[in-house]
Amino acid sequence: MTEKLVVIGAGMASGRALEHLFETDPGAYEVTLFNGEPRGNYNRLMLSPVLSGEKSYEEIVTHDDAWYAENRVTTRFGEAVTKIDRERKVVVSKGGETPYDKLLIATGSYPFILPLPGKDLDGVIAFRDIDDVGRMLGAAELPEAKAVVIGGGLLGLEAAAGLRLRGMEVTVLHVMGHLMERQLDPSAGYLLAKDLERRGIRVHCKAQTKAILGQNRVEGVLLEDGTVYEADIVVMAVGIRPETRLARDAGIEIERGITVDDAMRTSDPDILAIGECVEHRGMLYGLVAPLYDQAKVVARTLLADEAVFLPVELSTKLKVTGCDLFSAGDFSEGPDREEIVFRDAARGVYKRLVLKDNTIIGAVMYGDTADGSWFLSKIKAKEDIAAERDTLIFGPAYAGGAALDPMAAVAALPDEAEICGCNGVCKGKIVQAITGSGLSTLEEVRSATKASSSCGQCTGLVEQVLASTLGDGFQLPTAKPVCKCTDFTHEDVRRLIKAGELKSMPAVWQELGWKTSCGCHVCRPALNFYLLADWPDDYVDDAQSRFINERAHANIQKDGTFSVMPRMWGGVTTAAELRAIADAADKFDVPMVKVTGGQRIDLLGVKKEDLPEMWADLNAAGMVSGHAYTKGLRTVKTCVGTDFCRFGTQDSTGLGIRLEKRLWGSWTPHKVKMAVSGCPRNCAEATCKDVGIVCTDAGFNIGVGGAAGLDLKQTEVIHTARTEEEAMDVTVAFVQLYRENAKYLDRPYRWIEKVGLDWVKSLVVDDLQSRMALVARFDHSQSIYQKDPWAERVEGEKRREFEPLADLRLKAAE
Amino acid sequence: MNAMTDDWLDIGALTDIPARGGRVVKTPRGCLAVFRAADDTVFALDDRCPHKGGPLSDGIVHGHNVTCPLHSLVISLETGAAANPEEGRVRTHQVRVAEGRVLLDPAALRS
Repeated sequence: MTEKLVVIGAGMASGRALEHLFETDPGAYEVTLFNGEPRGNYNRLMLSPVLSGEKSYEEIVTHDDAWYAENRVTTRFGEAVTKIDRERKVVVSKGGETPYDKLLIATGSYPFILPLPGKDLDGVIAFRDIDDVGRMLGAAELPEAKAVVIGGGLLGLEAAAGLRLRGMEVTVLHVMGHLMERQLDPSAGYLLAKDLERRGIRVHCKAQTKAILGQNRVEGVLLEDGTVYEADIVVMAVGIRPETRLARDAGIEIERGITVDDAMRTSDPDILAIGECVEHRGMLYGLVAPLYDQAKVVARTLLADEAVFLPVELSTKLKVTGCDLFSAGDFSEGPDREEIVFRDAARGVYKRLVLKDNTIIGAVMYGDTADGSWFLSKIKAKEDIAAERDTLIFGPAYAGGAALDPMAAVAALPDEAEICGCNGVCKGKIVQAITGSGLSTLEEVRSATKASSSCGQCTGLVEQVLASTLGDGFQLPTAKPVCKCTDFTHEDVRRLIKAGELKSMPAVWQELGWKTSCGCHVCRPALNFYLLADWPDDYVDDAQSRFINERAHANIQKDGTFSVMPRMWGGVTTAAELRAIADAADKFDVPMVKVTGGQRIDLLGVKKEDLPEMWADLNAAGMVSGHAYTKGLRTVKTCVGTDFCRFGTQDSTGLGIRLEKRLWGSWTPHKVKMAVSGCPRNCAEATCKDVGIVCTDAGFNIGVGGAAGLDLKQTEVIHTARTEEEAMDVTVAFVQLYRENAKYLDRPYRWIEKVGLDWVKSLVVDDLQSRMALVARFDHSQSIYQKDPWAERVEGEKRREFEPLADLRLKAAE
Repeated sequence: MNAMTDDWLDIGALTDIPARGGRVVKTPRGCLAVFRAADDTVFALDDRCPHKGGPLSDGIVHGHNVTCPLHSLVISLETGAAANPEEGRVRTHQVRVAEGRVLLDPAALRS
């Protein structure tokens, strides 16, 4: 007797299951197929080509009416099943009851919609079925139509690319630090974002969506940081959830999905389930390959054959024409794991293999994924790769060859890339001089082009251009690289960040061929500074690449407590401020209160979790952070000057305060200490500071490059300013030149030793235009970075740094 | 719900820990440091560097390592061992993520 099979859901999994069933035993079942959508099975994977216009709906239909008729499938499309009655073995829909002997649930998944204000507005669309595509295409026909896609995963990006091809202005908002973070590491994510931006899609990562705006229909999207993007439609592609409601109501066992055994049976042996709605051994599946495997298994189970679903290693590809990426397996890091990284900056290629015990366990590739399946087969086979390890990353086509070229990054630079910033010499000019005039030494290039003849910091790069142009004809001197992640020196990296306009850490890693996937604790703080100093508008400061003192805005002490030091402008305080400091010391049981060498008061031994509250108290009394912990301006020490001193020649206290107010909060390569003395008796000890001003009747003697730490060094005077304003400008210009050029963790005196005081003087003092340009760039950076870190951390998300994640002290240790 | 989750201690959401960062969990036997690596793997270790007791939770996280903020010892988050040539090891604890929640093995509370 023919049994009755009812199938709920005409998706890709159920379509494939029916095919297998009819192929093996066409007469076994009389099939009724329900589908909530008013149509049959089509290839959902191909929705994005339909959206982009590369395919039509007709082309993606997998099973047409003729097929259903031929296999005697009763189709009930547009008719949703509302209930499963397991006792009586019937399903209920608006057409009545339909009995079954076996039931196959293939309800798939539903899109997760963020619970945002405005989520129900007209124009908020998921990307799930052909109707969604129709709605998007309708919006794309509006003139100058704008779309915002929330979610930078596989689905969101395919939607974005499709809408862009339809002529819409598209912005992708993604909450994580890089796109497709489940499949890609930051380096591959960077290349992907770059490719998308090249085709006109705006990518905004770390975007916290606050609300969808609009009266009756969507008008825009508001982010937590206040940014607003206009939008005619919002595509919500933040994830999917298994559609389990029918099964749940019927009392079938559910975890995240409908739980099934290896034969795809649910907790009711007459009910089977496959596809995105099921959970198998704790795993959910959303990619098509394992769903097809499930379809094969369920068909055999229905025919009472033994079959077992085995999870397999999955790989991902993005269906966006021109964005070539591949990811497979497990690519997290670990001490028992090693990685092989290959980057080709010129072609935008990145490949990374993760190895464990001489097998490949994961692979991420961007730009050139031709070898993806070759690597995937090795991952699946757990093949021992010890013998071919040296050339593994080059793929199957490679058979022995030379090691990677360390000069590849410089060779990849375009001719317009500026190598020497001082003299504006680009790479093409240097190459032309070398080949055109037959030059072969650094000195010849210097005299012919002026490259590296001023501050000399780009010397290493000029030598690399020589080497890459002359090949073996030039011997590169060895220089000390930043860290084990790169062969470049700090000076090289700084110059290349400017020349290549590299504005993010993944950009630096990729374009400069970093040998690790994400840097280390040595290079990351340096890169973080270089990027924020060079690109204040574009780069987003990365707290996790900062040392704890700069992250917590307090000085860590040997016992893990912190010290707190409010700013005292120019060393001047008031009775009210002192009272607030005394109150804070009492309230938080501060074990030591100390007067520092920088003319302020240090509260030592404060517990980390007390910091925000103490800062709030000090903020309330009008005080801000003294930045006693930063690579930035510390203090401007002053003497009392003309206000009280009988020898004072100028208002040294006032100048000190004005300088401190102008410069506080700026990040510098290392700490910067200043002082202003009112007369040559120099009570403020200005002649051993990074910048020290000594006043005379004639004006202000500005000295730079002093030191009173590991080394002892007197400042050298670079200029005598006539007015206070001029003294301020020269000081600010000096600090900005230092910010733009020095190696991270070089104090100014060390940097001056390398670049020469004459060069500094020429740009800060002699060339007025250069001085004022430096001042303008400094002030612009301050407009972004000069903000009290205490106030920022007393409230809001940044406060969590100071709070424990959980307090389990009262939890009985069972 | 899953019987397993009842035994483990829910200590917060994964997103409460910054990527490449750490947070402190207080326990009757001292503080633990819970880290989230860039790849979203989560680790729990005693919050004391084996060298001079520095708070590891305040260190810079790179790969599956953390650098102690006091004297820059590099500690493996997976094994708790200090990288060569230093010696010492800090106790590690079982921790896992389920549905976005970070779950800690209650054995971490016992000495």
